[in-house]
Amino acid sequence: MKAFAPRSLDEAMVRLTEDPDLRLLAGCTDLMVGEPEDRLGLPGVLDLRGLSELRRIEWHDDALEIGAVTPFSQIRDSPEVQKSFPALAEAASKIGGWQIQNRASLGGNMANASPAGDSLPVLLVLEAQVVLVGPEGTRTVPYREFHLGYRQTALGPGEIIGWVRLPKPPENAMQFFRKVGAREAQAISKVVVALLADVSDGRVSEYRLAAGSVAEVPLRLTEVEKAMVGRAAKAEIANLAGHLAAQAVRPIDDVRSTAEYRRFALEQVVRRMTLQLVRRVPE
Amino acid sequence: MTLLGSSPPRPDGAAKVGGTLRFGDDLPKEGLWYGATLRSPNPHARIRGLRWNPERAPKGAVCIIADDLPGPNGVQLLDDEWPVLAEGIVRHVGEPVAVVAAATMLAARQALGAIEVDYEPLEPTLDLSAAANQESLYTLELRSGQVEQELERAHLLVEGTYHTGYQEHIYIECQVMSAWWEADDKLVVEGSMQCPYFVHRSLIHVFGLPAERSVVKATPMGGGFGGKEDFPSVIALHAALLAKACDHPVRIAYDRHEDIIGTTKRHPSVVTHRAGVDAEGRLQAMEIEVVLDGGAYRTLSPVVLSRAVLHAAGPYRCPNVHIRGRVLRTHTPPNGAFRGFGAPQVQFAMERQMDRIGRCLGLDPLEIRLRNVLEEGDKLPTGQVMDESCSARLCLEKAARETDFQERWQHLEAKRRAPIDGESMQGVGLSLYFHGAGFTGNGERVLQSVVEAALLEDGRIEVRTAAVEMGQGCDTVLPMMAAEASGLRPEDVVLAPPDTSRVPDSGPSVASRTSMVVGSEVAHVVTEIRDRILDWWSNSQESGAAHTVEDGVVRRGNGESWPFRELARRYCETEDPLVVSRQHEPPEWQVFDEETYQGVAYPTYAFGADVVEVVVDPDTLEVRPRKVTAVCEVGRVLHERLCVGQVEGGTLQALGWGLMEEVKLEAGHYLNDRLATYIIPTIKDSPEMEVHLLERPWKGGAFGAKGVGELPMDGGAPAAVSAVENATGIEIDTIPATPERLLALTSAHRQVPSGPQDPKRGRRPGG
Ligand SMILES: Cc1cc2nc3c(=O)[nH]c(=O)nc-3n(C[C@H](O)[C@H](O)[C@H](O)COP(=O)(O)OP(=O)(O)OC[C@H]3O[C@@H](n4cnc5c(N)ncnc54)[C@H](O)[C@@H]3O)c2cc1C
Repeated sequence: MKAFAPRSLDEAMVRLTEDPDLRLLAGCTDLMVGEPEDRLGLPGVLDLRGLSELRRIEWHDDALEIGAVTPFSQIRDSPEVQKSFPALAEAASKIGGWQIQNRASLGGNMANASPAGDSLPVLLVLEAQVVLVGPEGTRTVPYREFHLGYRQTALGPGEIIGWVRLPKPPENAMQFFRKVGAREAQAISKVVVALLADVSDGRVSEYRLAAGSVAEVPLRLTEVEKAMVGRAAKAEIANLAGHLAAQAVRPIDDVRSTAEYRRFALEQVVRRMTLQLVRRVPE
Repeated sequence: MTLLGSSPPRPDGAAKVGGTLRFGDDLPKEGLWYGATLRSPNPHARIRGLRWNPERAPKGAVCIIADDLPGPNGVQLLDDEWPVLAEGIVRHVGEPVAVVAAATMLAARQALGAIEVDYEPLEPTLDLSAAANQESLYTLELRSGQVEQELERAHLLVEGTYHTGYQEHIYIECQVMSAWWEADDKLVVEGSMQCPYFVHRSLIHVFGLPAERSVVKATPMGGGFGGKEDFPSVIALHAALLAKACDHPVRIAYDRHEDIIGTTKRHPSVVTHRAGVDAEGRLQAMEIEVVLDGGAYRTLSPVVLSRAVLHAAGPYRCPNVHIRGRVLRTHTPPNGAFRGFGAPQVQFAMERQMDRIGRCLGLDPLEIRLRNVLEEGDKLPTGQVMDESCSARLCLEKAARETDFQERWQHLEAKRRAPIDGESMQGVGLSLYFHGAGFTGNGERVLQSVVEAALLEDGRIEVRTAAVEMGQGCDTVLPMMAAEASGLRPEDVVLAPPDTSRVPDSGPSVASRTSMVVGSEVAHVVTEIRDRILDWWSNSQESGAAHTVEDGVVRRGNGESWPFRELARRYCETEDPLVVSRQHEPPEWQVFDEETYQGVAYPTYAFGADVVEVVVDPDTLEVRPRKVTAVCEVGRVLHERLCVGQVEGGTLQALGWGLMEEVKLEAGHYLNDRLATYIIPTIKDSPEMEVHLLERPWKGGAFGAKGVGELPMDGGAPAAVSAVENATGIEIDTIPATPERLLALTSAHRQVPSGPQDPKRGRRPGG
């Protein structure tokens, strides 16, 4: 099997152009769990971990850029992320366990495009932009338009995920993240919820809600968002938010949970987050 | 000597922690080939055609099907009903239909594609309700007193039906076995197993070999939990068949996925209780029906059922008991041995039933148990009278005292009735349990276990047993027991590797029997060697004065002393080799009637009581155990740290079984067949554990030790579920108590009764 570990993005692009069948790898935490044939039968691999452009957390203009191969442990521990994007820091701390967080990357989570990827609802509510690097240069797509379907992304041939740009969130907005898994660590989410919301002048002024594991792809729950914005910030709206969220999704029965439970847990979690919002109690 | 009860480091510890120990799949072997298994995709089907197309397989690959077997197509356990390879009919998904070998693992997997099977699907029986009106795999019955009459007369009748699910062992090291044939048609098999002589028996049965031409070696094990009691015989046969066919050593190493779909699990159970109690809550009569799902083949199910029936009434006093047990056959993978061996299932049911009786009478879980707890002089349903080593009350009272149980339970009951939105729900639960030590009934007598000791030239004593170190610590404890008995040091004793060409059949490493049965014999044979050497030494000196031995040093009254090893070395120089062996004899009063199920089923019992504290998320119903207080009375603590480790590990395994571990099946297929979907507790899910070890030695040997391996598996699940009930008010009679199940029960309005029930009305039958 061929294996390359390029030192620069240009070198990576040259390799990929020459050999489009090369499989990209970062932390390998998704790649290594398949059947032996999937691992051992690969034509070749291109290891992205040596690319410094893809392994960084830094402000650029008004957005925080996070390189695609940055492992979740670094995201979890980053003061920048903790300060401006606490929901992402929280998500990073809930992925797998410590060992997985040391290897698993944000880009891998995105490329894997599972409905249960824990960082994905957070990227949705943060309105992340994805920078894709290809042989022709870079292009930027909103994360919402990146994750197209079950394990399907907008990644073109020869392209890699370079980094994401997280626009500075509205001043004072609150962020929430909640993962519901079968145990305290190493659990793929039964339901995962992210909310970015704000209250001003006694009314909900911003309400961005997303959930994973409740449909083929992580969803922005726009019906709930529309119903919430402009409402008086009273405890009663929490029940409505939960109720609408439960109606907006299409969960299934599978090996991890039941549709009934997923709907229930989503409803309860959205209700709780909304209560905390209106009471201005940080989580 | 104060060796026993201390915690010296384990000899295998550093290599295990440092990662240098070689397990079965790490051992190099020249010319090794790999085996792979073709499994049935159908739960029940006729095999109309089975064809091996070598031209489509990697070069040299070989294939074995049932027709190629040199002898009977049966794994030899209690009988040989379990086929080595399916013959004519497949009876469960994952059943081995053919095995292949090739030079690499991938080539072997590829070779599976060269086998064509034509199946004609047959109607499968997939669950217990469908199996109920078919012939049972095995049945048992146990009766004492006048059950029907006393149920009629009772003040209150309480009924309940309790369900427990599968459990997968998840030993860290998956099943692995290597086999090769040496000159003179000698078969050698080496791999991960709890019972080298079980494997040996199957090999000579199928290959028709004389005993000495089959050699079985147990490699260091990465866990067993019972999962390597029955199944290693299957995979050993596969490897040996392939090795013969391809003339290479062959290794079969299951990955996790194959290990889950291919190997045995804990029997799911349905236990139905009808109990009559008097106005004070004292048990007057119990009728209990135990149904186990045996899966497709009998394997060890009859003995699992036996232990289940014998533990079904729990550590309680009840004069009139009728217990019926059945193992039903379904078209699902066969279930087998798993830590606890039927006792956890029935004691889950009994403990839930006790809580239910308590609630019906307005009594808390402690009070209802105190009124019924088994004590010295009381009789079990088998007629066995409890001797002074019965410690159920001791455990119960200690657990309650350490946790302020009664007060805490009442407090949380009140708290539940006045909930505050968003505040987590807390609960506390209690269980009382016991576990019969050693093999059931006349098992130990039938086994005729033999242990040997031999003097080595360097003056150490080699102990020869078939006991296998699987993490439980027998390599640490057996030398300690020998040292305690003989005055030698543990390092004066070496253990021979569990290899059937080097050690006698001291029985399987199961049933919490290794320390208690094998250990007491080890103590004897080592002491006997010591005595022979001391005699020789006394005789060779003119004065025959008595010697004392302490810490490996022999002393005479006049102050002279010699290291024992020095004397032993001198003995070897002049005398013939010294080997002693001894066969285990159970106490003569241990007599059990297999027909009537009356008599002494176990020479003694270990007891335990658990208090579990849980927190339940008010939004998602996620259950987190926060603290377990486990009080275990084990007769005698041999090695404190290891003993506590057994309790902690077994308790966590029980919590996993009770709260999260769930094998899901669809049309006979396991759906969660990997570690990502079969959920066991991680270290982060482990609650704080406070373990109290108590000692009420029994008189039969082993310094009073009763066996601790399985005991803690019995108590965790019912106590945890009882705590969830205390926290949420949801009445739970099925495990695992996952949030999904709790939600479904809430939707069905299954709530605990709010106060005492009217006499005679009792509870809804069938639950
Ligand atoms: C034990 C365990 C627990 C886990 N727990 C969780 C969890 O709690 N939550 C969760 O969301 N996930 C979990 N996962 C899944 C996995 O860890 C994540 O999806 C992780 O983010 C994948 O990142 P990686 O760097 O390891 O990807 P890799 O395995 O290296 O790659 C995954 C896929 O992405 C592609 N890829 C990687 N980087 C790029 C890139 N820059 N551009 C384009 N394509 C790329 C690869 O070609 C491959 O197809 C778990 C996995 C394991 C093994």
